[in-house]
Amino acid sequence: MKMTTAILASTALVALGGAASAQDMANDMTLVSWGGAYQASQQKAYVEPYLEMHSEVSSTWDESSNEAVAKLRAMNEAGNITWDLVDVVASDAIRLCDEGLAMEIDADEMLAAGDDGSSAEDDFGDLLVSDCFIPQIVYSTTFGYRTDMVPDGQDAPDEICDVFDLETYPGKRALEKRPINNMEWALLCDGVAKDEVYDVLATAEGQEQALAKLDTIKDSVVWWSAGADTPQLLADGEVFMGSTYNGRLFSVIEEQDQPVAMMWDAQVFDLDGWIIPAGLPEDRLARVMDFVKFATDTQRLADQAKYISYGPARASSAPLVGQHADLGIEMAPHMPTDPNNAKNTFLYNYEFWADYRDDIDAKFQAWLAK
Amino acid sequence: MTQSASPQATNGKPGPMLAADGTPLKRSLARALRRQKMRALLLIAPLLLFVLITFIAPIADMLFRSVENQIVEETLPETVPLLQQWDHDASELPPEPVWTAFYIDLVLAEERKLHTRLGSRLNYEMTGLSSLFRRTGRAVGRFDTDTYTDQFTALDPTWEDAATWVAMFEDDTIREALPLTARTWDRWADYLVTDKNDNPAEEDVEDFLFTALYTDLTRDGVSVTGTTPRLQQAAGAVGDFETVSIMAQFEDADDDWVNPEVMRTIQTYSPPYTSGYFLNAVDMQLTPDGVEAREENQRIYGLLFKRTIFMSLTITLSCILLGYPVAWILANLPMRTSNLLMILVLLPFWTSLLVRTSAWKVMLQQQGVINDVLVWLGLVNDADRLVMINNQFGTIVAMTHILLPFMILPMYSVMQTIPPSYLRAAKSLGATNWTAFWRVYFPQSVPGIGAGSILVFILSIGYYITPEIVGGTTGTFISNRIAYHISSSLNWGLGAALGAILLAVVLLLYWAYDKIVGIDNVKLG
Repeated sequence: MKMTTAILASTALVALGGAASAQDMANDMTLVSWGGAYQASQQKAYVEPYLEMHSEVSSTWDESSNEAVAKLRAMNEAGNITWDLVDVVASDAIRLCDEGLAMEIDADEMLAAGDDGSSAEDDFGDLLVSDCFIPQIVYSTTFGYRTDMVPDGQDAPDEICDVFDLETYPGKRALEKRPINNMEWALLCDGVAKDEVYDVLATAEGQEQALAKLDTIKDSVVWWSAGADTPQLLADGEVFMGSTYNGRLFSVIEEQDQPVAMMWDAQVFDLDGWIIPAGLPEDRLARVMDFVKFATDTQRLADQAKYISYGPARASSAPLVGQHADLGIEMAPHMPTDPNNAKNTFLYNYEFWADYRDDIDAKFQAWLAK
Repeated sequence: MTQSASPQATNGKPGPMLAADGTPLKRSLARALRRQKMRALLLIAPLLLFVLITFIAPIADMLFRSVENQIVEETLPETVPLLQQWDHDASELPPEPVWTAFYIDLVLAEERKLHTRLGSRLNYEMTGLSSLFRRTGRAVGRFDTDTYTDQFTALDPTWEDAATWVAMFEDDTIREALPLTARTWDRWADYLVTDKNDNPAEEDVEDFLFTALYTDLTRDGVSVTGTTPRLQQAAGAVGDFETVSIMAQFEDADDDWVNPEVMRTIQTYSPPYTSGYFLNAVDMQLTPDGVEAREENQRIYGLLFKRTIFMSLTITLSCILLGYPVAWILANLPMRTSNLLMILVLLPFWTSLLVRTSAWKVMLQQQGVINDVLVWLGLVNDADRLVMINNQFGTIVAMTHILLPFMILPMYSVMQTIPPSYLRAAKSLGATNWTAFWRVYFPQSVPGIGAGSILVFILSIGYYITPEIVGGTTGTFISNRIAYHISSSLNWGLGAALGAILLAVVLLLYWAYDKIVGIDNVKLG
């Protein structure tokens, strides 16, 4: 009797063990992203292909990337993390990493090597700006302007300082309601050399200087806080020019056929990518690792560019970028990283803004409210 | 005394009134009442618990963050007590023992990935600390403190063996003789066991443990008599050890540590509770030299609080002005017509807030409907169209429209209860239309105005989404800043302090309203 029980128990254990190794991956994933066209591009470029390969898996989207940092912190405090993979901009990834809310990643070990044979770490290169960050795309914040509002007899605005030139280019401008990017552009157009911008901006005088420059156009500025604002303002003719993400401008110009053109000059590169929340249970972590390895390989990142005009974060993906899936136009010239567009660029200075964000934001908001 | 008094009472005077079961009536009544109260309490218990758990407790927890500051003490338990003894007025750097304690705390914090969190916390108070902690965290494991490690192991190679340390700290005499090392070892062992699932006896003995040991052994009055020979040998030898300045190590890692402000900021923010967030919320700051007003170019919250209250009052007032006639008409029309009109009031009420706000954008913007009509009529020049949105005006218009039903509904239900015969009676006694309205009708409708005003004012003071969309720079509320601190800057302490002040302001205004108008004088119907 005892013997049989023991045998039964051990077979049950073996069976359990076998079952566990076969499916020690959870079958549900909750992915967090931004919604809209960007999330759709992720869905088509890698979520759908992955689900086709693994019919047992299902995924749901949570469109919470906007407040991902706050929500993750709250989830962590409550000890109940419901997200498996979160899409955030690099500065948020750095903060999540600092707060211990995101898992550290060993790129070479956890991510796929590049198709060209380079290791994952080399393939992503400098874009691995944080130990927890898995980059997907390079996007840029740049200006678009209405071609029909260019004053008669003037050339179209083609450099950043035209934004500050109300005499030649009268009309409203849309700027983001935060100091980041605006302060840099202001200093750049106030005679500060590009490589000194952050040194100047680190001083109280430099901050005053930037605000003083912004003051010259303050009355003509409409401040935006959502990425959809500027495209709307441009389409309505409310503003002459405005800053926003290059993908948004692409859809205004190419998909909606509005009389708008890109300015590209002094565009500011920023990164968007995945982080894995810290403290996931093992089975869910295993599934996420499997998915993220697939979703950030060379081909998948290149595929994403078929649906949205953001540059793939892997160097090895660039040559594979093809045509837009619906419009059939070549996507390469619309990428912020295209050599024609990237003649004069900035890279978001993560370390600087992590330090100075609170300080400069207080001054910027006080200036705005004046 | 009582024992002798009670028989007297029963025998002498007529006893207390008794209930049917013989207990005194008073007690029996009290019991019955208590039972009733309990039953009532049980009936409301589900809701009460629900409100407590899902509403009161989270709010209390959030507000508590406005003073809570335990992160510094928890991350730097060795440094904080030493820092508090450090002479506050000194403009020089703290003495070496502080740096040693700080080094030990920082290594352990770095292992647990807590140092960057502390850096972000302190960065709210001093710009640059975030990256300073991050950079130093990378360097702190490579400090030259292996000098001590090498010298101890040169004396006796078994120092390198973690088992030695495990055995050493099972002995209470040694623990007493080497308090810093014992505490540090405990924290290290705890980290290995709970976070890494490792056995401390099998791990390498890290440099910071030897630094702690060296610090303990060179302390004045240290006594290791009666302990292991290994320790006694070490205690005899440390006097001749080559030393390492930990402060210099920090300076090597980053120049910013030489700035005395850094350590003084940590010192200022080391207590477990701080008034710093509240001071920030009223445009002041807590500095090592005491409380100071913020620089002119950083003051914003006072302005925003004033603006929030001013705009909420304006919105409430315009709701009264627009809502009163509407409510009056609704209350005085035949039921069928008034029901139809009521739908017109309720229809926007049922429409999504975002849709209504965006609709106002379409109406008010410079290329919008109103401007187009005005230009078409020739009232406004095409070149200078009116600016009606992204400013205070736009916020007031949109919010008045959105909150109007909250004003009309209580007014309407109060006005419905005013008998029309009163007005007729007043008129038949010779009052003019105006006198009849002002002296007879209006006073009876005041409770409705009061209820509507409180609703609208309190709703608008906490409004967030509409000012964010149509407020531009001059039409934003304090709630927009609170939202920014909760979801973007992650400065929850400051957000909580701003929220606590807002709550206090609302309660204060409520109290003032009660004093002036009387809260009994509020009716919803």
